[in-house]
Amino acid sequence: MSTFLGMPELPVAPRGVGHLRGAEPFPAAARSALADSQLRRNLAKATTTIRAKRARVVGELPDWEELREAGRAIKAHTMASLDGYLEQLEGEFTARGGTVHWAGDAVEANQIVTDLVRAAGASEVVKVKSIVTDEIGLNDALAGAGISAVETDLAELIVQLGKDRPSHFLVPAIHRNRAEIREIFLREMRDVDPSLTDEPRALAEAARLHLRRKFLSAEVGISGANFAVAETGTLCVVESEGNGRMCLTLPRTLITVMGIEKVVPSWSDLGVFLQLLPRSSTGERMNPYTSMWSGVTPGDGPQQVHLVLLDNGRTAALADEVGRPALHCIRCSACLNVCPVYERVGGHAYGSVYPGPIGAVLSPLLTGVEDNASLPFASSLCGACYDACPVKIDIPSILVHLRARHVEEAARASRVPDAEAITMAAAAWTMSDPRRFAAAQRGGRIGRLFGRKGKIRRLPPPLSGWSRARDVPVPPARTFRQWWQREHRSPP
Amino acid sequence: MISACSGNTVRMRVALFVTCLADTLFPQAGRACVRLLERLGHQVEFPLGQTCCGQMHVNTGYQRLALPLIRRYAETFAGYDAIVVPSGSCTGSVRHQHAMVARRFGDETLAARAEEVAARTYELSEFLTDVLAVEDVGAYYPHRVTYHPTCHSLRMLRVGDRPLRLLRNVGGLELVELPDAAACCGFGGTFAIKNADVSTAMLADKMRNVLATGAEACVASDSSCLMHIGGGLSRLNAGTTTVHLAEILASTRENG
Repeated sequence: MSTFLGMPELPVAPRGVGHLRGAEPFPAAARSALADSQLRRNLAKATTTIRAKRARVVGELPDWEELREAGRAIKAHTMASLDGYLEQLEGEFTARGGTVHWAGDAVEANQIVTDLVRAAGASEVVKVKSIVTDEIGLNDALAGAGISAVETDLAELIVQLGKDRPSHFLVPAIHRNRAEIREIFLREMRDVDPSLTDEPRALAEAARLHLRRKFLSAEVGISGANFAVAETGTLCVVESEGNGRMCLTLPRTLITVMGIEKVVPSWSDLGVFLQLLPRSSTGERMNPYTSMWSGVTPGDGPQQVHLVLLDNGRTAALADEVGRPALHCIRCSACLNVCPVYERVGGHAYGSVYPGPIGAVLSPLLTGVEDNASLPFASSLCGACYDACPVKIDIPSILVHLRARHVEEAARASRVPDAEAITMAAAAWTMSDPRRFAAAQRGGRIGRLFGRKGKIRRLPPPLSGWSRARDVPVPPARTFRQWWQREHRSPP
Repeated sequence: MISACSGNTVRMRVALFVTCLADTLFPQAGRACVRLLERLGHQVEFPLGQTCCGQMHVNTGYQRLALPLIRRYAETFAGYDAIVVPSGSCTGSVRHQHAMVARRFGDETLAARAEEVAARTYELSEFLTDVLAVEDVGAYYPHRVTYHPTCHSLRMLRVGDRPLRLLRNVGGLELVELPDAAACCGFGGTFAIKNADVSTAMLADKMRNVLATGAEACVASDSSCLMHIGGGLSRLNAGTTTVHLAEILASTRENG
């Protein structure tokens, strides 16, 4: 029996704060997404393009598989000694003039950041694209304290101005087209030229002018971190626009919120991930803007540098032996781009800041499976995600494992088994004995009465989901078993 | 791999695990396996104790309920040199899930036995090309077909081009390449019911690609995926059918 069963409950990400739980179960959310033809077209186009780019730059590396294995091994090693590396990171970061804060969950992290911004006397902060600050709902918390947070990544800005939610790690506004973006800018940007067109160049320029004023006036910058190097207390952010670097260098105070799983032991380890990440995410050989800082450099850049180390359910995820590798994720989004489910429904259907295959395992691990019970089932288990993952996370196996956790936790919570549990138990009982199985097959031939021209067009619930779009062949006159016994005259 | 078998000098005890789905709904796939293997000079046994590999239970979250099915599989097929399965998915379950589930419930003895039997369990195209070392099985099938590599054959078993090598040697067969072939058809077991809408959206693209080939039939080595693709094509009266790889390989000039 795995150790997660019967262990004392570890705290999960709290409810009522942040964005890890959706308003409705995946199948319902997916249904509305499937009906959005604009979304379908955007997604198909974007994922197909990125897939091809990724395949090209991955294909040119003869040692890609060795790199993936190195990435996996470094992460597995780090997770096994996470406490030690985090303390090393804290020591080194502090020794270089930074301040480290430990946040058990989203509520604590939001409070720490809010207090730091208040202490700096700022009422507006500029933000580097960061998924973890969205995970904890930092912008909402800051707004509650009268502090406005300005997203400076172009796509994040579009999402923020559109009062929308991101739907992809890398291209958060993948669900928007340029006409929609123009409308959002005209409506929400006070300083925009009213003759703005929907040319990508014009849109980018409008955002550039809008953001430049924000960069120059901001007192506080807030970021996430892609990596932290324990041996020198160095934080690392990778981005493509340079807007992140503005936030990381111009304000006097810099606050970084980082999940505890982002630490890597050494610079040579970082080298592996800086090769894996750009090829897997943007399909580029090298990342355009890679910013790194170790504490404070006197007279240069931010003079108050803070690091908030966030748990928010990560220790609970770490305690799950099978689910643990989900914490290896470097947020490249390769699994999203190859996933046939994501490609059709987009990120919003997952209800969490972590969409796609990795989100379907990571979100339930962080919140507890019952708070995201439909996500582990949001996959056909086709395995494309596992093949694409740069750190070899066996997502299908974790999905299967979380399905079992859900079924087992739901069974413990309720004395009365539900219809599915009863059906499954009956099927297992039938299948565990060949005579019972053969009898059930004979019983199933009653379906021959309902079929016409060799097919059955309607099945009763819960199988009606199948027969809404798919026929079923009528059961044959003789099962294979019966044919064999007749042919080979073997005793039944 | 069984060393002395490729020259047929040692007689193997070959068992067919037909799978619960083919047994019940697609017996023609099972009959084709028997006919094919017998034509290649092997006597096939069908142990009547067999039922189901338990994949549906494991993949739906009911791992404990799968235990007796896993035990049954290990016991039923213990004495055979090779177990041939006309399904990549069920072979994948035997190989990658049986021991895992047994271990999850602390049954090391069963896990060891499951691993031992799994090592002798082969998907049909693996058995033909790796164990029997044949690529030309002497089949004749004068039709235009397109091949859908099922997800678990492709990404769990890594059968690669084995089925295609077998198909390219079939007399009269015209093999047309399926666009975006490696994409999932949307079946996914109970996924097709729990997430019927997404599953259907995936199926729509698979059917569009199958129909674009102008093939008479879509061939694959999993009855489950074929039931899905075929069920969609049938509903649309698309005029294109589905056929199991075994049925093509079993066909001859004399016995279509």
